[in-house]
Amino acid sequence: MTFETILFSLLAVVFVGSALLTITRRNPVIAALYLILNFFCLGGLYLTLNAQFIAVIQILVYAGAIMVLFVFVIMLLNLGDEQRLAEKISLRKIFAAGLSAALLMEVIYIVGFVDLGMPPGDLHRGVEIGTVENIGKELFTTYLFPFEVTSILLLAAIVGAVVLAKKKLD
Amino acid sequence: MFSLAPYIVLFPLLGFIVLGLFGSRLKNETLIGTIGSGVVGLSFLTAVAIFIHMLGLPPDQRKEVVELFTWISTFTGTATSFSVSLAYQVDQLSILMVLIVTGVGFLIHVYSIGYMHGDPGFWRFFTYLNLFIFMMLNLVLASNFLVMFLGWEGVGLCSYLLIGFWHDRKFETGGYKPGTAFTSDAAKKAFIVNRVGDFGFLIGMFLIFTKFGSLDFDVVFNRASVLSIGGSVMFWITLLLFVGATGKSAQIPLYVWLPDAMAGPTPVSALIHAATMVTAGVYMVARCSVLYALSPATLQIVAVIGALTAIFAATIGLVQNDIKKVLAYSTVSQLGYMFLAMGVAAFTAGIFHLLTHAFFKALLFLGSGAVIHAMHEEQDIQKMGGLRKYMPTTYKTFLVGAIAIAGIAPFSGFFSKDEILWKAFSSDYGSVILWALGVMGAALTAFYMFRLVSLTFEGEERFSTKSHHPHEAPKTMTVVLVILAFLSAVGGVVGIPASLGGGNAIEHWLEPVFRQANDRLGLGYHEPSAMEYVLMAVSLGIALAGIYAARTVYLKRTELAEEWKNRFAGFYKVLWNKYFVDEAYDKVVVTPTVKLSESLLWKGVDVSLIDGAVNGTAKLIDWIAGSVRKIQTGVAQMYAVVFVGGILFVVAWIVFR
Amino acid sequence: MTIQSYLILSAITFIIGVVGVLTRRNAIIVFMSIELMLNSVNLSLVAFSAYLGDARGQMLVFFVMTVAAAEAAVGLAIIIALFRNKQTVNIDEINILKW
Repeated sequence: MTFETILFSLLAVVFVGSALLTITRRNPVIAALYLILNFFCLGGLYLTLNAQFIAVIQILVYAGAIMVLFVFVIMLLNLGDEQRLAEKISLRKIFAAGLSAALLMEVIYIVGFVDLGMPPGDLHRGVEIGTVENIGKELFTTYLFPFEVTSILLLAAIVGAVVLAKKKLD
Repeated sequence: MFSLAPYIVLFPLLGFIVLGLFGSRLKNETLIGTIGSGVVGLSFLTAVAIFIHMLGLPPDQRKEVVELFTWISTFTGTATSFSVSLAYQVDQLSILMVLIVTGVGFLIHVYSIGYMHGDPGFWRFFTYLNLFIFMMLNLVLASNFLVMFLGWEGVGLCSYLLIGFWHDRKFETGGYKPGTAFTSDAAKKAFIVNRVGDFGFLIGMFLIFTKFGSLDFDVVFNRASVLSIGGSVMFWITLLLFVGATGKSAQIPLYVWLPDAMAGPTPVSALIHAATMVTAGVYMVARCSVLYALSPATLQIVAVIGALTAIFAATIGLVQNDIKKVLAYSTVSQLGYMFLAMGVAAFTAGIFHLLTHAFFKALLFLGSGAVIHAMHEEQDIQKMGGLRKYMPTTYKTFLVGAIAIAGIAPFSGFFSKDEILWKAFSSDYGSVILWALGVMGAALTAFYMFRLVSLTFEGEERFSTKSHHPHEAPKTMTVVLVILAFLSAVGGVVGIPASLGGGNAIEHWLEPVFRQANDRLGLGYHEPSAMEYVLMAVSLGIALAGIYAARTVYLKRTELAEEWKNRFAGFYKVLWNKYFVDEAYDKVVVTPTVKLSESLLWKGVDVSLIDGAVNGTAKLIDWIAGSVRKIQTGVAQMYAVVFVGGILFVVAWIVFR
Repeated sequence: MTIQSYLILSAITFIIGVVGVLTRRNAIIVFMSIELMLNSVNLSLVAFSAYLGDARGQMLVFFVMTVAAAEAAVGLAIIIALFRNKQTVNIDEINILKW
């Protein structure tokens, strides 16, 4: 039982637990908070994989910016608890549960028990490539073009968000 | 010159098209009448030109076929290939028919200008008349059975259109089934009864094609002329063709439409139901003389039916009170004579009588039209009388026609009718019985014709001069009457038999046409015999007796008519009700057919099956669509569920294939 | 830890996200579930990147995050606009796109 294993197990349990709680809460604010917890765990998981840059970005961008945005919107819309209208076990929910379970079983089976012909590797290799310097180097040389394009993408998103959410001046 | 033949047919077609398209806009009756009559006149002149040309040719070269274009052609290369052209055959028989159709037709067109004056459908009348002439010319000039059938059907159509010309007129039907009927009912009756006959004709045509491999007259007749007499195929072919003839030419059993067709305007009765259309059957039998020569059994049937019809119709005509009905039954009777002639293989005699009958029957009908006009649409002869002093020209011409039809020499009817009676007696295919029937019919003909003349024109007036002011017909009508009277009087000159010193021009003219048939039948030229004169005297005497009897009963001792009517009341009733034939047909044929059509074909097949299939298909598609569109609920999450299902399937497929 | 454990973890959270998307009525919760799905995929990518020693996986994660951020912004703007019109974020009531 190495430290690694214990850390991973802990993070994994909290990760899955918070995900489950997110989707089952009635109050959207509570759900958002659990999702933030989920993102923190994910950041921890990234660190176990030696992906330092990504871990930090995850916390900063996802947990720090996007979830804040979510909470802002929830507050803005002043949503109450989701009404429990006699929680209908509709055909949709049955199908959803069934198909999802089937898909999960299928993926676990494939990942765990089918020889996918993966090349041999070792998780510890991430040490050299996960550093900020390495990511930065790659980003500004090989992936310069997509990097610049994302700025346009973000511009579009900004304009879109502003226009869509703007109050009509009637 | 023969190549001008298509123009004969073309002119009336042009008239039909021009009047049909523009007639309603032309307000000038004279113009419409001139166009309508003019085109027929042009056809007549063209025919005369060809006729004169033919006179100059030797007898064996007086025939030519002018082909216009190939109409139907299926080429499988062998015996099953079928090819028919639109082609016209000009020979002695067809040119004669063309002259009759266009000549008498032209006169009747001119007459109609006066008769239909003021009618709102004036232009429509001439349009239909021109169409009729076109179709009739197709019939007589056809060089194959299919074109003849085209004309055959076409004249049936025009008959329907013209009988029902005043389509909104009603009239009271008396007798067994009193009530009101429309003229359109009479038109429908004519068309449907004709259709029954046409069915026989069609089957006959199919048999001809099966047997001879072609529908072309030349091909069929040449192949037929080398066959031996007898055989069931020839019997059925000729019998079925004759069934068509009984429909078109109003013989037993399909004559019932002709008296009702009198509901149409009088020029229609004159043209179609006296001079031309009803003679189509006679012409057809004459044209197919070779085929009939190969089946003596059918000839017998034709002769018997012809003779029976002649007598049968004459008896009905004795007691009719509508001036046009008398003439209608007279037409049926005279057509019976023509078929009697055909049946005893006296083809020329039949055609000769066709010619003279065209003259005097048209004359009689047109004369009656003048009377009807003068009496303001009154047609009941019991309400007429003494018209001779108001309408002298009409009276005189009508009298000429009556004398001609009664068969008094030297008028045309005598020669033609006498020829038929002689041949009925003397021909190898005739018999004394047939002759006797014919003579009796002649007596009755004379009687009822002069009954008509006496009751209409002579004697005392049975109408009130306050309400009726009879006057002579206008010039356009009387001129035609005079011309036809002249032809009825002297028309017989073309057929004066050798026994009376004549050259029998018409027989020699038509001889090449019937040569094949005559060869097969073993008939040749007969020397005149003493018997001929005896029979001539007998028929003349009988006719004069009939005239005398009629004049006595209806003019001098009018109480006799009443007395006989009461004494033979039952007999009278049967005759007056036309032997209840119409009623029998109605009960046996018409009503069951209508009921069957309604219950089975309409409700059963049409509504349930066909409508059911079409509507059912639509309903099925509707149901499928209704079920399928429920997939689009608008709830996006359901779509996502389907997504997931799809992913599941695709992943499994890829990994586990 | 072996790579399989990370992948299975990723699969589990992905399915959780799917269930959330398919089942919940509140549009915002659905959106959060979508973010959950995206993150699970990111985990899978990073795991592979570490396993194979290839930086491309992490580059992709970088861009996925960027795009996810942009998408979240625009999506929430749409939800706001929707809420203004219909006064609800209940997906079941937004079903005009049907037959």
